[in-house]
Amino acid sequence: MKIGVCVKQVPAKDAPLSIAESGQWIRESDIGFETNEPDSYALEEALRLKEKHGGEVVAVSMGPERVKQTIKEALAKGADRGIHVLDDKFYLLDPLAAARSLAAAMQGENFDLILTGLQSDDQGFGQTGVLLAELLGRPHATIIMQIDASEGRLKLKRELEAGWFQWVELPLPAVLTIQSGCNKPRYATLKGIMAAKKKEIVVIPRGSLAVADTVTEHVERIYVPQKSKKTEFITGTPQEIAVKLVEKLKHEARVL
Amino acid sequence: MKILIITEQRDGKWHPASMEAVTAAQQIGAQGAELMGVVIGKGVGALADDLAGFQLKEVLAVEHDLLENYTPDGFTHALRQVIAKTAPDFVVMPHTYQARDFAPKLAAALGRGMIGDCIGHRFENGKHIFVRQMFQGKTVVDVVFAGDAPWIATFQAGAFRGDMAAKGSAKAPVTSFAVELQTEQIRMKPGELFREAKQAVDLTQAPILVSVGRGIKAPENIPLAERLAHALDGEMAASRPICDEGWLPMDRQIGSSGQTVAPKLYLALGISGAIQHVVGMKGSRTIVAINKDRNAPIFEVADYGIVGDLFEIVPALTAELEKSKSG
Repeated sequence: MKIGVCVKQVPAKDAPLSIAESGQWIRESDIGFETNEPDSYALEEALRLKEKHGGEVVAVSMGPERVKQTIKEALAKGADRGIHVLDDKFYLLDPLAAARSLAAAMQGENFDLILTGLQSDDQGFGQTGVLLAELLGRPHATIIMQIDASEGRLKLKRELEAGWFQWVELPLPAVLTIQSGCNKPRYATLKGIMAAKKKEIVVIPRGSLAVADTVTEHVERIYVPQKSKKTEFITGTPQEIAVKLVEKLKHEARVL
Repeated sequence: MKILIITEQRDGKWHPASMEAVTAAQQIGAQGAELMGVVIGKGVGALADDLAGFQLKEVLAVEHDLLENYTPDGFTHALRQVIAKTAPDFVVMPHTYQARDFAPKLAAALGRGMIGDCIGHRFENGKHIFVRQMFQGKTVVDVVFAGDAPWIATFQAGAFRGDMAAKGSAKAPVTSFAVELQTEQIRMKPGELFREAKQAVDLTQAPILVSVGRGIKAPENIPLAERLAHALDGEMAASRPICDEGWLPMDRQIGSSGQTVAPKLYLALGISGAIQHVVGMKGSRTIVAINKDRNAPIFEVADYGIVGDLFEIVPALTAELEKSKSG
């Protein structure tokens, strides 16, 4: 099975974020980046399918030079090769334009299966997988907990809301978005890291792709949210905090 | 201006976020618009009639045998026909798991934009501005549509209040909308819905919840929170990662994939406050958040915030509560 996995690089979880002067993105110079956590579950699912059924796993990422690190991590974990859609200003793309670019970069690969994480922890569109499916003419299923593949068909466990699940079947080729937490993503081994150095990463400048640059939506402004609720911060030693909080919960909020 | 509201139902019962979409659409159309409600499925007559009670121009009952069970192909094909016929400017939906599954497909099929998971809308300087979160709620963005209609917007659970949806003075007419669908257009074979395990605890009924997140660090630290819950006569709850790790059972999970709760007191211990969690608890009457990161989004919804080490504060709080109980 030939599997493409979309992996994105996002600011590290604890990175202090500040808005760039352009008002269109964050200041990247001050912060660290890491692989989008939801995508690590998609990668793990892809690697497990390859171990079971054979084939190839290709890690695909879009963004500036820095995203190579995320592709390299995927290669170190066991992906066979990488595709880097290079674009320094990927953050100006709307969801459809981003997906069109990724679709164009993956079109010729004819993947049997494309996996993505549920959403990215930066822009959080949560659309890319579904858009890719439509653009590539493939069926899709989202929020997948379990994949059983046999004879060109997939049996999938989908998560629905409020504790409900559903088994669905799809023919291959298909696109799936993977639910976070459905597996335990592996760590790269030293051997894996060494092997990754020899693996190929093809760089495709986004501008070289034949993609219609139709804009469907654009960001006017990015800002730190104004609080709708006034938070009262309680300070002091742990002991003092405990006394103050119990007092407030009893007599101010009157919930105890 | 025309606005199409795509509601959601299952087995003849509303998804409650459907009414929130009605409120959202009424706000978007406040400058004057024709609002049309859509109920899609099979045997949805009673729901269409119910929807017609709201202040809408018309309700469309979109029914077909192949729409009885949801599939992204079936719903997309059907809604494309509805959109082609009605030519709306905006298409508004609740941001449910189901909408997330087909709305982007519908947008791509139409070659139009979708602004998803919106938390608000403003009409400003002649522009419709849709507000959504980025970076897990740490920042907010104002987004506007560009290019031609229709424009698809989905709204986060709780962004608008369903009980604020305006009722009409008379019932809106209900029209049956016939769609063309063939079996071979539907590539997914949907199975029965099921629940994994029966919900042992109904957290929606608990007046006090002590909820733990990643900040609890290890399963051996869970009893620390359990002692606090005991001192408060509350129940234990958790954010998704804790249940994924198996540190607490799945039925303790709060958030979009777990339970939605509104207790009188919600204590969030080491929970950063990702959107998926916050939508499940932001209706709580009083929220206390303890987190080491001053910028954690959980403080956006907290009434009382404590920036610090939960491993020091939680035992002190437990001791104080036990003292005031016995005293």
